[in-house]
Amino acid sequence: MRKNLVGWAFLTPIVAYLLLSYAYPLVTTIDLSIRDYTVRSFVRGGAPLTGLTNYVTVFADPTFRTALLNTVLFTVVSLVFQYGIGLAMALFFSRSFRLSATLRALFLVPWLLPLIVSASTWAWMLNSEAGVVNAVLGAVGIDKVNWLTSPDWSLASVTIANIWIGIPFNLVVLYSGLQNIPTEVHEASALDGASSWQSFWNITFPLLRPVSTITLLLGLVYTLKVFDIIWIMTRGGPSGSSTTLATWSYELGFGNTLPRFGPSAAVGNVLILLALLAGLVYVRVQRNQEAS
Amino acid sequence: MKRSPITQRFAVALVAAGLTLSACSSSTGDAGGTTADGTFAVWDPYPQFDGGSQWAKVIENCGTQAGVKVERQAYDTSDLTNKVLLAAQQGVAPNVLVVDNPVVSTLAEAGVLKANQDTGLDASKASPNLVTAAESDGKTYGVPIGANTLALYYNKAVLTAAGVDPASIKDWASLDAALAKVAAAGKKGITFSAIGTEEGTFQFLPWFWGAGAQLTDLSSPQAVAAVELWKSWLDKGYAPNSVIGNTQTTSWQEFATGEYAFAENGTWQLGNAKKAGFEYGVIPIPSRTGGVAPAPTGGEFVTVPAQDDKDSEATAAKIANCLTSPDTVLATDTALTYVSAVASVQDQQVAAQPELQVWVDAVKSAKGRTGDNLGTRYPRISQPLWTAVQAALTASKAPADALKDAQAAAASAK
Repeated sequence: MRKNLVGWAFLTPIVAYLLLSYAYPLVTTIDLSIRDYTVRSFVRGGAPLTGLTNYVTVFADPTFRTALLNTVLFTVVSLVFQYGIGLAMALFFSRSFRLSATLRALFLVPWLLPLIVSASTWAWMLNSEAGVVNAVLGAVGIDKVNWLTSPDWSLASVTIANIWIGIPFNLVVLYSGLQNIPTEVHEASALDGASSWQSFWNITFPLLRPVSTITLLLGLVYTLKVFDIIWIMTRGGPSGSSTTLATWSYELGFGNTLPRFGPSAAVGNVLILLALLAGLVYVRVQRNQEAS
Repeated sequence: MKRSPITQRFAVALVAAGLTLSACSSSTGDAGGTTADGTFAVWDPYPQFDGGSQWAKVIENCGTQAGVKVERQAYDTSDLTNKVLLAAQQGVAPNVLVVDNPVVSTLAEAGVLKANQDTGLDASKASPNLVTAAESDGKTYGVPIGANTLALYYNKAVLTAAGVDPASIKDWASLDAALAKVAAAGKKGITFSAIGTEEGTFQFLPWFWGAGAQLTDLSSPQAVAAVELWKSWLDKGYAPNSVIGNTQTTSWQEFATGEYAFAENGTWQLGNAKKAGFEYGVIPIPSRTGGVAPAPTGGEFVTVPAQDDKDSEATAAKIANCLTSPDTVLATDTALTYVSAVASVQDQQVAAQPELQVWVDAVKSAKGRTGDNLGTRYPRISQPLWTAVQAALTASKAPADALKDAQAAAASAK
């Protein structure tokens, strides 16, 4: 009995931590999303329960389709390129040549920079009038592109910036995954006469799968909720063309002098659900892997 | 299982951290509102002024005159609304709040602010066109501390080289003609901010109102004319495409390169204009058919948030009256580069700095965005409006269609 009590005493901090920083905000967001909050009822209390009205409002809003589509495009394209380039670089660095450690450290810079710095730098580079990218394009005779101010390009521009920021994370995790593959397997396959492509496709890639899935899942969760880069570079514009669910949620709640907390929380919860779904898929994939 | 001393220490540290956190949160709870020792909290959006600034001293003096000790907190202006809403929710709103004018109606609607009629705050000395921003259902919430607004800065060298006399610009047609000459001379015409935030609407309103359009009807032919004017500038290359993403700061940076003839910007850039390294001048924004277009007013209001203790509200009103009284406000407005809200102080400002005359005139014909009893309807109109302007400028919708959609969105929001 006493042993149990001691056990609980040691659990208290983590339980308190979970309740305070996970359960409470989550419950508050759900509560916000099922009530009709006005600024008055936010301050004075007594907002009426309205069930799923906020969700219906959000789903019926034409912005929802754009934001959802943009979120999917932004996330999928970001993940594919971040993972692809990250893996290529990890393979490159796993040969451990001279200076490889130094170079690898340099590739971490995008990750270490504060997002406001990297996003502002990208915005400055992609500026249609004075940006360095258009200056370079102009020098080789290509017409200037309105990277951030044209609805056709804004989403692509923020995606490119996000890919650049995400590569180091993929590089680091995949690199350490590669280190864990025993060299004997590669030696054996080389003895059996496998080409380097066969060796990658039949040995490295399958053995790297557990690391790949967790990298992609973490990347997915990070990318779904990316806000700073888009907000700093385009504010979700022009006229909503780079709005994702994350920026839309912020815009509803704080982008305007009259906050709409209910719909904002509803959009936030849709995002949480999407991330949760991805988590469930991961658990299932992992279980299958363990079973096989 | 045997626990290592490290895990134990870690657990203790966690508990200690938790305790410190809760201790912190209960002490910050007293930051707003009257504390036990009778300190009055004043919140303002002027983080650029530190504890030794003139503004901090003015607040301290006004507190002493009212017989209380004041504690000042400065927040970033975009942060202040949420901070105040949360503080009011927790019952710890500040005693005196200095807040951006379009937010006043939102806070009044939330029941955070007391009406002047109930606290003894006196807005009678301020110009009526400025006070309208804080009027809602016959009550007034606060007193303007000063005002800023928009006008057209011009680069003298660029205009001279293009053969344009700034005094000839009286309406849209003459402005267009001037821009055509500047473009023909190989310089850039005009820069402004059409970003997809409140700033974009703020910059668009002088043209919108100058065309004769009303915020209650976004799809009127006058409104379409205003959007078409901006769009024609982009199409003809008078304005750069970057205006779609420009904030007022980045737009100013473009003007400061010396390549542009005109920039639509505010009173607050006067200090930077002197540092720009070229000769500049300022003309009011022309309306469509001639005369000065009504520009939106910027600038803060001094307000008194509601407290449980009625006596403290009366004392807070005394402090607020002191902060906005003609004797003290001149120094504050000079420090902020604002035009005063009080006519007699405006005369003093012009006497000291004759170049302020054009700004005083602009402020006199300016309009509050939340005026015309729009109040909290304004934010629901402003958002569709900036979206429509962006849609038209990027050519994703025709101006008339974009504004029709905007009107539908604004109307559905009640």
